[in-house]
Amino acid sequence: MTTPMRPAYSQESPFKIHGGCGLVGICDESGTRFSGSVAIEAMAVQHDRGNGLGGGFAGYGIYPEFPDHFAFHMMYHDLQAKEEAEKLFDEYFQVDLAEPMPTRPVKGITDAPLLWRYFLQPYPAKLELSELTPEDYVVHVVMLINSTIDGAFVASSGKNMGAFKGVGYPEQIGHYFLLEEYEGHTWVGHNRFPTNTPGWWGGAHPFTLLDWSIVHNGEISSYGINSRYLEQFGYKCTLGTDTEVAAYLFDLLLRRHKLPLALACKALASPLWEEIDRMGPEEAALMTSLRAVYGPALLNGPFAIVLGFNGGMVALNDRIKLRPLVAARKGSVLCVASEESAIRQIISAPDAVWAPKAGEPVIARIKGMDWPIHGDLHLAPSEISCAVTGVEASCEIVEVA
Amino acid sequence: MLTSFIQPEFKVEIDRDKCIKCGRCVQQCGWGVYSFAERPIPDDSKCRACHRCVTYCPAHCITIKRNELVFRDSENWSPALRKAVWRQSESGGVMLTSMGNDKPYQRIFDYLVLDACQVTNPSIDPLREPMELKTFIGRKPDSVEVESDGEGGYRLAPGAGMENNIELATPIMFGGMSYGSVSLNVHKSLAMAASRLGITMNTGEGGLHADLYPYTDNVIVQCASGRFGVDADYLNRGVAIEIKVGQGAKPGIGGHLPGEKINKEVSTTRMIPQGTDAISPAPHHDIYSIEDLRQLIYSLKEASGYKPVGVKIACVHNVAAIASGVVRAGADYVYLDGFKGGTGAAPQIIRDHVGIPIEIAIAVVDQRLRDEGIRNQASIIAAGSIRSSADMAKAIALGADAVAIGSAALIALGCHVCQSCHTGCCSWGITTQKPELTRRLDPEWGAERLTNLVHAWSHELQEILGALGVNAVESLRGSRERLRAIGLDASTCEILGVKPAGM
Amino acid sequence: MMTTATGPVEGYVKVAPTVTREGDTATIDGHGVYYRQLNEAVRGAFADGAKTVKLGNINGQRYIGNGITGKDLRIEIQGVPGGDMAMFMNGPTIVTDGSAQDGVANTMNAGTIYINGDAGDVLGYGMRGGRVFVRGDVGYRVGIHMKAFENLIPIICCGGNARAFFGEYMAGGVLVLLGRNVQFADQPLVGPFCGSGMHGGVIYLRGEVNPQDVGKECGIFTADEQDIKVLRPIVEEWCAAFGDDFEDVLSQPFTKLVPVSHRPYGKLYAPM
Repeated sequence: MTTPMRPAYSQESPFKIHGGCGLVGICDESGTRFSGSVAIEAMAVQHDRGNGLGGGFAGYGIYPEFPDHFAFHMMYHDLQAKEEAEKLFDEYFQVDLAEPMPTRPVKGITDAPLLWRYFLQPYPAKLELSELTPEDYVVHVVMLINSTIDGAFVASSGKNMGAFKGVGYPEQIGHYFLLEEYEGHTWVGHNRFPTNTPGWWGGAHPFTLLDWSIVHNGEISSYGINSRYLEQFGYKCTLGTDTEVAAYLFDLLLRRHKLPLALACKALASPLWEEIDRMGPEEAALMTSLRAVYGPALLNGPFAIVLGFNGGMVALNDRIKLRPLVAARKGSVLCVASEESAIRQIISAPDAVWAPKAGEPVIARIKGMDWPIHGDLHLAPSEISCAVTGVEASCEIVEVA
Repeated sequence: MLTSFIQPEFKVEIDRDKCIKCGRCVQQCGWGVYSFAERPIPDDSKCRACHRCVTYCPAHCITIKRNELVFRDSENWSPALRKAVWRQSESGGVMLTSMGNDKPYQRIFDYLVLDACQVTNPSIDPLREPMELKTFIGRKPDSVEVESDGEGGYRLAPGAGMENNIELATPIMFGGMSYGSVSLNVHKSLAMAASRLGITMNTGEGGLHADLYPYTDNVIVQCASGRFGVDADYLNRGVAIEIKVGQGAKPGIGGHLPGEKINKEVSTTRMIPQGTDAISPAPHHDIYSIEDLRQLIYSLKEASGYKPVGVKIACVHNVAAIASGVVRAGADYVYLDGFKGGTGAAPQIIRDHVGIPIEIAIAVVDQRLRDEGIRNQASIIAAGSIRSSADMAKAIALGADAVAIGSAALIALGCHVCQSCHTGCCSWGITTQKPELTRRLDPEWGAERLTNLVHAWSHELQEILGALGVNAVESLRGSRERLRAIGLDASTCEILGVKPAGM
Repeated sequence: MMTTATGPVEGYVKVAPTVTREGDTATIDGHGVYYRQLNEAVRGAFADGAKTVKLGNINGQRYIGNGITGKDLRIEIQGVPGGDMAMFMNGPTIVTDGSAQDGVANTMNAGTIYINGDAGDVLGYGMRGGRVFVRGDVGYRVGIHMKAFENLIPIICCGGNARAFFGEYMAGGVLVLLGRNVQFADQPLVGPFCGSGMHGGVIYLRGEVNPQDVGKECGIFTADEQDIKVLRPIVEEWCAAFGDDFEDVLSQPFTKLVPVSHRPYGKLYAPM
């Protein structure tokens, strides 16, 4: 009898992992929080988009008692990994709470790793010494854990948010994590259909970094160059998934290069050259630069992505619309999903249901919350969600300068 | 005493029953193989197997065969080596040859295979959906800085955005071949084709003939160690300037265009007297170190209103570090010329034994520039025997921004790779200045053939991209994940950053 | 306002739905029923001699009407059917009371579909016969590779706007776009790459089209008398189905797109 090998997540996937998926994103722009079971319901009707080998959710606003702590959701293969990771936490952070994740037994969910969560704050002196922003400090620790501690994996690391994911269908995973007990203003959900199966919990989606969480459907055919491009900037693409690459690209463009969201979306799903040729000179110069500079960041191939963060969410399709995405609004609630049925399941009589255009982001923005993204949005009237419904309140939200 | 042991390489056979004794072969052969005494009589020893006579014989009665003369077997002393010893002991001279390295080194491109989409992501139909090949060559910022345009949108911040770049409609350029080494009609064909294709031709080091002035939006002017034809006007005419430090066929070696090729037109273009030898020194004598290169790059930029300046280097052992230095010196592109690259004339010993393959060079340079975080600062142009669109796709996947073709372009114009460019007697009118030969190449016809070739390769590249499920060439660029190796050793795979097939 | 479940969320349940029968009509409550059991019940009802099957509380169930043969059969759907509705369908009529998802009428052979709302992407892929009428907007790649064969001529008539790749490599049939019931008035009637790779059939667009948005394989014409003869019954049926004013719809000139060649790629390859 041999003990199962401890997985080295740093080497978990030397190769690209293929997969298809279903997704959902729900955001109440009024900031009203609602139960995670809403997201579970939306995913359950998209059951057949996955194959039971990965399901997960991320919720925002779920830890009001620790709004300013970095909430680390951890997965450990064994106690040794836990000890090593906790040693690292002690070194870098003040640990204000460490506890096992609340779970319940669910039929069909097996082989769960040790699941723990921590509420952390960087040691001020250590942070200062590092000359990093708190965010970069946290990213550094995340990369350190994922790439050096075998058997330990950071499932999420943002503030007032968390990722809940594992091997199983999303409705099982949601039930396992007691998501109905959490309330958030924004939820994203994912159903995974991996075609080769490392069969481990960390590989499920959403993939997160800091506050960003990403769920994604489709396979990005440009993964090879996208990951090499990110490596230039110190990101380590250890999971071999498109989702990881998409998350790092958003982090690079939005947080580090300070691109406005609308332009970051244009870098990832760029306009065609023949469209650029028809633009006015100023816009054409901008788009030409954007394409030439960020060519290696272009997400090429089919995708539908939802990016969640504290303050809202963004949904985006590839530039020739090779994956499904439907959006809907009812009052202050914006919902996107792979299938309209997922929306209908949780929102009765929506004010509007529409198919977003290829390469044009659908944006939800929570009123009163800081917009963590540099600059504001500039969208054609039909892309502004309020224009669909004429809801005054949400117009205010969208057009905050 | 016997003057030579060397027997003819080829045998020219004329089917006497078919021959109509028209004398066309006598007139067509640039090497004087044929004399005419009631019927054509070939002198086999002069034949280069260029097929000019074969192609133009109206009776189709000429065949060129290998001289199957048998030597005693020796794997060590090949017939070619024995002949070289004889030739050198006869003359005391350096063996001179042309075109690229023809030795049977492993051709790495032929051991790399491309990926395609099946099920998990869709291939894209390139005939009906957009499939973008547009490529910008030159320095790009690491990020794009924008500011609000005051109307809810954005524009580039002042001074931000892409610097002056060369725009290519497809990632193919014509490599540098000087007027002098090739004929003016070749230059015209290249320039006209480049203009029609939205790509660039490259003057090589022999200056820019006035007949090419209408096409200068599609011309890169070269500045090499001989500085032929280089003046402020020349530097301002092209879309970019290229400093040629070395070329793949003869790394570390200069050039020598014999005085007999310096006719009036060449003389005017190169700005040197008629009949004198045009000598290109091995090094630039103002570049003995990397900081000197920087000085020259910025001098050229100053003189040209800050046009992109590229640097062409031969691929040698330490190419990654050299390229990194070149980029840090301010080059907007680095042109890598692999050891199979062609030439008008080179010492055979250099051509066949110096340098490294282009595949390796692309891989190590691209990786080094990424490791150093300067990949955006310069483009990589790969050359040195790009023989097909497959080679091009593989070069791009390894990390090249674009490829440059020289030999392939000449082959399109009729070159049969007889490796005799240095003789100046090219029967196809390509690498010669003899008016009776150069007029054989009609620039309009040549431009059309080059245009067809580049269109065909571009279509094929689009097919490859479509199969790979991407619709823009930037998504293949550097995407080594889409390559696999068959039969390459582990260390070569590692250097290339390519997994073996099956992984 | 958002529904919230208590206890575990089950999603679809794999049990046979309740079927009630009244004369020729079978009524099936599809609420939460997995597609397989639902579609078994539909086929079972037709096998039992029902002519009409009314499906209630449908939300996302796939393959409704898939492969069903029979000219006089009818399926009425309340709710949003899932993907691949009416794929391989051969004869029946399907009516939805709202929108449909992606992949409607995939490789359909015969029959009629009325969608009282919008339809998603890839509507009518490889459709060989039958008719599809959509009240509102349609997504990307509608009518892709539609084909005609002998007396089978597929027809799709869309009431709103269409996104990119409308009629992409269309090989036969009739594709109509009316621009009447549009959700976004600021968007063009049809997106770019319309008729890209088209080599058969005809596209009619009510209004004008930007030539830049039309595939290079298409000729652009104004519809003439002959064309109106083709259009008339199609538009008539669309208006009857969705309650629009027939004369008003036809009052505006139509643009007609037809392929300039049946072999658009005949010259792509180098002769050997």
